[in-house]
Amino acid sequence: MIRLSAITRVFHMGDQEVRALNDISIDIASGEYVSIMGPSGSGKSTLLNVIGLLDRPDSGRYELDGSDVTDLSETEQARVRREKIGFVFQSFHLVPRLTAAENIELPLMLEGIAPLERKSRVDTALDAFDLKDRALHRPAELSGGQRQRVAIARATILRPTALLADEPTGNLDHRIGAEVMALLEGLNQAGTTLIVVTHDRELGARAHRHIAMRDGEIVADET
Amino acid sequence: MNLRDTLTLSFETVVSYRTRSLLIVLAMALGVAAVVVLTALGDGARRYVVGQFSSLGTNLVIVLPGRAETSGGFPGAALGQTPRDLTLEDARFIGQLPQVRRYAPLNVGVAELTSGGRLREVTVLGSTSELLPIRHMKLSQGSFLAHGSERSAQIVLGSQLAREFFPDGKVIGQRIRLGDSRFLVSGVLAVQGESMGFNSDEIAIIPIDYAQELFNTSTLFRILVEARSRNAIEPAKAAISHALKLRHDGEEDVTVITQDAVLATFDRILRALTLGVAGIAAISLAVAGILVMNVMLVAVAQRTSEIGLLKAIGAPSADIRRLFFAEALWLSLAGGALGYALGHFGAWMIRLAYPVLPAFPPTWASVAGVATALLTGIIASLLPASRAARLDPVLALSGK
Repeated sequence: MIRLSAITRVFHMGDQEVRALNDISIDIASGEYVSIMGPSGSGKSTLLNVIGLLDRPDSGRYELDGSDVTDLSETEQARVRREKIGFVFQSFHLVPRLTAAENIELPLMLEGIAPLERKSRVDTALDAFDLKDRALHRPAELSGGQRQRVAIARATILRPTALLADEPTGNLDHRIGAEVMALLEGLNQAGTTLIVVTHDRELGARAHRHIAMRDGEIVADET
Repeated sequence: MNLRDTLTLSFETVVSYRTRSLLIVLAMALGVAAVVVLTALGDGARRYVVGQFSSLGTNLVIVLPGRAETSGGFPGAALGQTPRDLTLEDARFIGQLPQVRRYAPLNVGVAELTSGGRLREVTVLGSTSELLPIRHMKLSQGSFLAHGSERSAQIVLGSQLAREFFPDGKVIGQRIRLGDSRFLVSGVLAVQGESMGFNSDEIAIIPIDYAQELFNTSTLFRILVEARSRNAIEPAKAAISHALKLRHDGEEDVTVITQDAVLATFDRILRALTLGVAGIAAISLAVAGILVMNVMLVAVAQRTSEIGLLKAIGAPSADIRRLFFAEALWLSLAGGALGYALGHFGAWMIRLAYPVLPAFPPTWASVAGVATALLTGIIASLLPASRAARLDPVLALSGK
């Protein structure tokens, strides 16, 4: 359950004030599939960052799963991010030095899970995302689709309640993009909240709830 | 993230940036090696000098005639003193003191040594049988001046003299002329070479009475005294001063020095010197530290988006700080270890090239070198690590 109340986020560009989020209030229930669409600069990425606790709003209140996370300390926010939120990025953001398996293992490591259990969970994830034979490959040796699958495996390894995807298919061709979306939607059907930021109409239309943004405000919210 | 994972992950990072890591480790290693090698040289010099002194005798107290001091504030004061000579009687008297194990009076002069048409000016030492143990001399053949036979005309030759005058090797029992007197060769000193600028291979030793006759003197050049133990050195020195003062009508007209004092001075000087070069070498370590900082700052800049990602997947700032910190730790650890090995190898090479110089790196220097490397590395990583930890995740993710 994500509940944003009167969230405002202001950026200062020189002496100009840009209201990336202007008094935004939305509720997203657990298990929802939401797309956030809008032109660039509309504030959709900022909204995603605020939901993902990467960015702090200047004012307003953010409740996640029933608890107020607005004023948590940096360390506590990191823990919430780790346990409740998974990020999927347009540019995958894999650590180039680490193998696919090691990339997937990172959140488990951060969580302080013992090596033996890590291994079995990573193996399960590799199986689930059809990456078994790519486990020891580094990102540079993987195709775009494989990289995004590794990224999704990494985002979901700690079983977060919400999956936040920022243009997840932006760097993939159409066919691979569709495969990746199917994967994300499968996770959504299994109960994970899925929030996709995109300006691809076709992609946005696949969601069950469509939020449209413009100049830091929600201009449409349809189911 | 727990400690083991932090160390493993940062180690993998260090290994994957191979060139960068190698260069920085090398810079660090050279600094540590410089400390180790230079202190090995300094300490080697110290040991060499101390060794040279020790070869002259242990627990040695030396009595010199005359008083080495500035006397009187007005000119007349110096005239009032009549410095007495140091005599054989003084030496015998000193020999009675309980703190003294043995003593050897010493006269030194130059005389002409001739035999079988060969002629050479040699340094002549006049002394007694005790000179041998006091000065740690060794004989290669024959016997030293016999005890209690100061009146027999024996001579002990340095090894080079023996070789030159008696090339056939038959030395013992041969007659040789020194000045105007004839002597019987009783022994040959073992090869000792030069020590403290004094070549014992080219000297001749005769009984003290003959030496005084030869040089037409009744005074002694020195009295060498060996105290009973290291702890007895100072009491012996005091007792000798006191005894001679009594014998010389209350005048303190001799100088008593202990080799320990001279040795201690040299020891101090060379220790200070070693510390000095260690300090200079440590500067190169500081430079390496700055290099580590620079490299780590570049690493933070290069890996900005990676740091953003780590934050996005839930790494707290502390974890990120520790990761970079551990990276610097690995680099300095490797640099320290390599430098330690290089330094010891270098010291070994020096010992190989100059066998007389015991160029062993002192333990404190090795430890301090490696510790300084670690410390500078750690300090140098503080700024980059905290910069990484403070990065804004959103900006970092976009690589800004």
